Amino acid sequence: MNDYGAYQFLAVFLVVAVLFALVPLGLARLWAKKFSPQKPGAQKNAVYECGLEASGSTAIRFKSEYYIYAIIFLIFDVEVLFLVPFAVAFLNLPLGAFVAMLVFILLLAEGLAWAWMKGVLTWK
Amino acid sequence: MNTPGPDEGLRSELSKQGIFTVKLQDIYNWGRKNSIWPLQFGLACCAIEMIAASMARYDLARFGAEVFRPSPRQADLMIVAGTVTKKMAPQVVRLYNQMPEPKYVIAMGACAISGGPFKQGYNVLKGIDRYIPVDVHIPGCPPRPEALMHAFMTLQRKIDDQTLTGNSRPRHLDPDAPSEFPVPALGEDDIVPAKNERVWQAPVVVR
Repeated sequence: MNDYGAYQFLAVFLVVAVLFALVPLGLARLWAKKFSPQKPGAQKNAVYECGLEASGSTAIRFKSEYYIYAIIFLIFDVEVLFLVPFAVAFLNLPLGAFVAMLVFILLLAEGLAWAWMKGVLTWK
Repeated sequence: MNTPGPDEGLRSELSKQGIFTVKLQDIYNWGRKNSIWPLQFGLACCAIEMIAASMARYDLARFGAEVFRPSPRQADLMIVAGTVTKKMAPQVVRLYNQMPEPKYVIAMGACAISGGPFKQGYNVLKGIDRYIPVDVHIPGCPPRPEALMHAFMTLQRKIDDQTLTGNSRPRHLDPDAPSEFPVPALGEDDIVPAKNERVWQAPVVVR
């Protein structure tokens, strides 16, 4: 047995793993072919499935603008989460903590100013 | 099953030894009849009885049919529970068309099977069996949950009696059976066509 002998079982594992995944799928396919042949149709393949016909094309575009709104909201939502415990413990905190929080808020404020300048907050 | 196996003597001899032999068809039908998933779909007051049947007191889950699917793509059984108005009939037929094979229909209540108390009305369909093949009809206004269960058991017996080949095979195994049924549309005066000739013919009165 050569040096690769210790690793040969990995190849066997690989083959078994692939077969383990593919054989049940193949059997299911064969079963479906024999016992539940497909009967497709225009209505069965229709996009909307609530009895009504879909009106217009289903490949429509929609505004992604709200997504940016929501992300900015989320950032400030998390900021509040940080600020509340900070405010509760405010009187017992050293100066360094206050400065750190100030930097944190200023960073976020800068981001808000940048988004504002970019026109994100204006609903077009 | 109504058709015994090729060697019934050997079969009973084996079963005495604790070895049970079944046909593939029996296992297939056994699985199908005990996992009938109905479409979550109610039209009128019969739907309340259908809901009651699925709840704890009557517990349709005993028949493997508690999983009411909100999409026709996942349903095996359509329970037409209630009055089918002519406005609603196209949607009912379309929902039926969108269900995958094999599919079955229970027409529940007087309205669904014949129009019921609204039979003389201008806007109510005189039975959903004019457009789609109904397997079990339940009379009653509304039928009690026990009646729905009886229909379920009747349907289970029907599924059990279906064979994989031959004339009594389910529709999906018959390549000539249609996959979709024509959807009626609201015409100028009435719903057109008034019936699907392949599914329903006017009864002939023999005197």
